[in-house]
Amino acid sequence: MAPDLEAIAEQVFVALADPTRRAILAALATDGPATATDLAARLPITRQAIAKHLALLADAGLITPEPGERRRVRYRLRSAPVQLAQQFLAALANDWDNRLDALQTYLATP
Amino acid sequence: MTSQFPDRIERTVTLSRPPRDVWRALTTAEGLSAWFGERATIDLRPGGTATMTFAGGMTVDMRVERVEEPAVFAYTWRLPDLPEDDPRRTYVEFTLEPDGNGTLLRVVETGFAQLPVETRDESYDSHGEGWTRELAELAAHVDGA
Repeated sequence: MAPDLEAIAEQVFVALADPTRRAILAALATDGPATATDLAARLPITRQAIAKHLALLADAGLITPEPGERRRVRYRLRSAPVQLAQQFLAALANDWDNRLDALQTYLATP
Repeated sequence: MTSQFPDRIERTVTLSRPPRDVWRALTTAEGLSAWFGERATIDLRPGGTATMTFAGGMTVDMRVERVEEPAVFAYTWRLPDLPEDDPRRTYVEFTLEPDGNGTLLRVVETGFAQLPVETRDESYDSHGEGWTRELAELAAHVDGA
């Protein structure tokens, strides 16, 4: 199962590497669930490009489609994969080397 | 196949003081605030709460898990980088071994690769079962069974 975690984190980082996809996620975070048409109206991107990005974001689990009004699919932000990616970064940034240096220094002080 | 997702951090360091001094540095508010955080509080017993306040004012809640003076001290805590409502914790265990006049100190932090609870749905059910089992093992370990 660990490689799946790796895969999820990788998909999240790939998804976040694109400024358009970041803009879509930011729009969903700011204003809540929206349809592709809503997003195309709000962002400087074509409806076709939006659809492509939405598909990738949905594959990464970052957004989830749900039934909206008038049988339009709208997309909702999912934060779980982002939290997973954050945890990946947290493990890298977790600073035991500096902490243990500080402990060594503290204990070496008479 | 090995994953690059780090679940475990392990460091070993040799300290010039004997285990009883290192123990005080690890398990008292005075010791912890001298090298780890700016301020610390600790109720030193399994299940006791502790807090660590870092430079900048951020405070992290901790739960004391193992107290076996002067050899093993362990706690769980929320990683500072995770959102406040994130329920996941990592487990940190310090092991102290006499080494001449000093101490061989080992710190192991595990649990970075826990899945968020919400992802255990249909999108990720491929690894759900195995992961649930692992989490149960971690929980049993952490609860000091």
